[in-house]
Formats: sequence, structure tokens, C-alpha cells
Amino acid sequence: MKYMLMMNTACGGGARDYEIASWPKRAIQDHIEFMIGFSQRLAASGELVAAEGLSSPDQAKLVRAGDDGRPVTDGVFPESKEFLAGFWIVDVESPERAYEIAAQASAAPGRDGRPMNMPIEVRLVPSGPPEV
Amino acid sequence: MPEPREIERLLRDLAPRVLATTARRTGDFAAAEDAVQEALVAAASRWRDGLPDEPRAWLLRVASRRLTDQVRSEVARRRREQLVVSLVPPEDQVALAPDEAEHEGDDGLTLVFMCCHPSLTTPSAIALTLRAVGGLTTAEIARAFLVPESTMAQRISRAKQTIRASGIPFELPAPAERADRMNAALHVLYLVFNEGYAATSGPRVHREDLAAEAIRLARRLRELAPDDPEITGLLALMRLTDARRAARTGPSGELVPLDEQDRALWDRDAIAEGTRLVEEALSRGRVGPYQVQAAVAALHDEAASTETTDWPQILALYGLLRRMADSPVLALNEAIAFAMVHGPTAGLARVEALAHDRRLAASHRLDAVRAHLLERAGDRDGAIAHYRRAAGLATNLAERDHLLLRAARLADEGVSARR
Repeated sequence: MKYMLMMNTACGGGARDYEIASWPKRAIQDHIEFMIGFSQRLAASGELVAAEGLSSPDQAKLVRAGDDGRPVTDGVFPESKEFLAGFWIVDVESPERAYEIAAQASAAPGRDGRPMNMPIEVRLVPSGPPEV
Repeated sequence: MPEPREIERLLRDLAPRVLATTARRTGDFAAAEDAVQEALVAAASRWRDGLPDEPRAWLLRVASRRLTDQVRSEVARRRREQLVVSLVPPEDQVALAPDEAEHEGDDGLTLVFMCCHPSLTTPSAIALTLRAVGGLTTAEIARAFLVPESTMAQRISRAKQTIRASGIPFELPAPAERADRMNAALHVLYLVFNEGYAATSGPRVHREDLAAEAIRLARRLRELAPDDPEITGLLALMRLTDARRAARTGPSGELVPLDEQDRALWDRDAIAEGTRLVEEALSRGRVGPYQVQAAVAALHDEAASTETTDWPQILALYGLLRRMADSPVLALNEAIAFAMVHGPTAGLARVEALAHDRRLAASHRLDAVRAHLLERAGDRDGAIAHYRRAAGLATNLAERDHLLLRAARLADEGVSARR
């Protein structure tokens, strides 16, 4: 069964940067290194289906159709808003295994090098008629 | 709160390093240059509230974000090697990739070579070098060259189009090409210096900002390629020439020639540094034209007067130079040295031999040297005529005034002598 694991992050000061932009360089590099190892383990176990990291919020837009059907964009967001930073789609044997993987991502090191234990949203991706 | 000037200095220092890294990582110099300019503008306003912890990383990150498409392809390339989703956005992963130190020197050199590429016209190469390597704004460069900002912006934009169209990769030239490319780079820096030291147009002789900028760029280039004695030679030449700046103009801005300068006004520190540099360069045993010109400048700077200058040695150095570089201006200088050793009439014969060189046809220098030697030979009327003709050809106002004054002084002496 497939699950999508979604990782959110808060904007930093100035509404245009991810919060991580204010981290010390060393912490950023440790964080990236951890995530590289995490991805490699997922790929090696054959459970990784897809993964994408997303651009920073300064390129994000909220789009609606206007009365004439043309796009109306809104690009300035409040600082408190959370953004999707990236996602993984995994194909696993059980929901428990998906939670286990999500917990590993959640424990990525943060600003002070300790596990952040950030929330990872885990959603089932239905891949066919439900099994009976 | 940082001072605006502190921010300006910091940005000027960081700009070429950030551009070099960004250009290498994205492989598109023109796009990287645009992106870095935007990052610099953003920094100039946002850093007023406080400097970021890592100013260089800040600029890299902002510049990388402006380059989404190029960054995307770079990320795609990296992704084949390492797939990573993290809290760090992909473009920041490019900006923060931990390979700074090993590339920094090469990137800096590559940037200089790129800006001085032979496919660019000389004015374009100069403008691009000042902006991309010197970190000057388009407005500052336009002011220095006395052209409208829109003209300079157009020149820079065309230069970038040329680079893009030619498909020149952002990498160090092959070893076989390297000497030629270094010569082109040194030539551009020398032209910037000359434009600052002896402005080709406008009211003033000096534009200190350009001379100082050329010296700063030569120092930077020397840090990047410390083993090239010609860079050291060029830096020495600039310092030894610039040392005379204060003595080179009179009270009303008119040009004062070397033989009439108050040598007490010369900058002793600059002379000491220049002399040390030229000795260091010559000791390497790979003598080039800039080193020899610096040696000539050092001989002038060490002398207490024109009379006590070691002219025979200067003449010998010009003889050496003639075999290295075919330059009519150097040949004219050699004729002056020849006159100082063998007398003005012998010097004039040398000058006449150069009169057919087309490269000197539009220059005032040929007539100025003729006039000077005729004056020394005692031919007052001939000297006056050539001083006036030189004044008519001079494009720098201070130089023109000096030549007219020389002619007028001789004419006055002629009148009082006839009385």
C-alpha cells in the first residue's frame, strides 16, 4: 500500500524565507546529510516510489479564477503560514511501516543538532479498489 | 545597525565571489550575473536592519532562487547522484553545497577570464569586468566613463548576450590558451588604470576611482594567480605610475610633465611597494612587458631629477620591450630616452621614423614629442607649431591646456628675445 508522507515547515522572519534560512550553516548541512541518508535507505529497501522537495515560499502563489475565469494570484503570505516543504511516496507492507518511516523523517536534526520531532502528515494513496 | 558604507564595501567584496560560484553551479554566466545583481539590490536594502550571519550564503541563496530554471536542471543532475527531500529548498541545497574552499580561487580566475574574453569588444570587456569582478554598479561605471547610465547598461547587456551566444563554458581555459587569456585580462586592467590615470576625454586628467579600482583588481588577480610574474609586474607598474599622481597636475588642473614635477609630492610608500614588487617579479626569470615597463617606472621614481635619471638603462629597457611588444607609444617613449642619451636631434630622427605609423595618426602624442624635442634642440618656431598641432588633437582638456601653455610660453619668450 502506498502512503504519502508530507513535511511542513514554517516561514521564517520576513515571510519570504523558510525558517531554516536562519539556521547556522553547520546545522543546515547536517540536516541535509541526514535526509540524504534517509532517502538512500528508503531507495535501498525498495520502498521509495517518488519524492520531491519544493521551492521556497517566495515563489509560492495562491491562485483563484476571477469572474472572467482568468487566474488571480496572491503571493504575499502571513509569517505564521506553514508550507509544504517536500513529500515522499512510499510503497510499504503496512500502515505501521509507513508510520515508522515517517518517525525517522520526523527525527531529522534541527537548529541545535537535536531531533526536531516535527509532525509528518501520513496519507494513504489508494492504488486500486479497496481490498475486501 | 551596519553603516551603509560598510554594507557597500562588503557587497563589493562578495559580489564577484558569489557570481563566480553561482555561474559555475548553473553554467549560465549571463543568467547568473542578472540573478546576483538582483540579490545585491535586495541585500543593499535588507541588510540595513542588520547583517545576516553568513552574508555570502545569504547572497548565494537569494541569487539561486532567482535562477529557478537553471537550478532545477542542476538539481536534476545532482538528483541522479543523490535524491534528497529536506527542509532545505532545492535551490538552497545548490547554494549551500559544501565545496566552497576548493573552488574559490579557480572560480575567481574563471570569472576574470570570462569578462575579458576575446570575443568581447574592449569597451564591453572593461564594463563587464568592472561590474562583475569589481562589484561596481552600472551607474558608477557610467559616471567613471562619462556616458549615460542607459548606454552603459546597454553595453553590459550586449556583452552578456555575446557570451551567451558564443556558448563559452564557465570554466578555466585550457592550459594552451591560458597565457593568451591572461594577457587579455591584464590588458583590460591596464586600460582601466590608464583611463583613470590619463583620462582620454573630459575635463580632468585623473579619475582616481578608476585607477584605484584597477589597482584593487590587479591585487585580487595576483591573489588568484600568485605565480604569474606579469600580474605582479602590472601591479608594480600601476603603483609606480600612480605614485606621481599628486605632482602630475598643477593648481588649475593642468598637466605637469615628468621633468617639471615636484618630486617631493610623490608617494614614497607606493614607490617602495612598487619597487619591491618589480624586483620580486623580475627575480622569477620570466620577464614580460609589464615587468619591464615597471622597471622603467621604478628608475624614474628613484631619480631625484630628470638630469640624474639613469637614461642609458631606461633606453636599454625600451630596447628589450621593443622585442616583446609592438607598440608605437612605447616606440615614442624609446625615442625620448634615446634623445636623453644621444641628444635631441638624434631623438627627432627616431620620431620621424615613426611618423608613418597609422596607429599614431590620430594621436596628439607624436606632435607633442616632436615639439618637446624641437624645444630642447632650440628650434622655437618648430616647437610652437607642433605644440599647437598636438593641442588640436588632444581629447583630454588638461592635456590640451598644458600643450597650449607650452606653446604660449615659447611664443612669449620669442617676443621678448626679439626685443
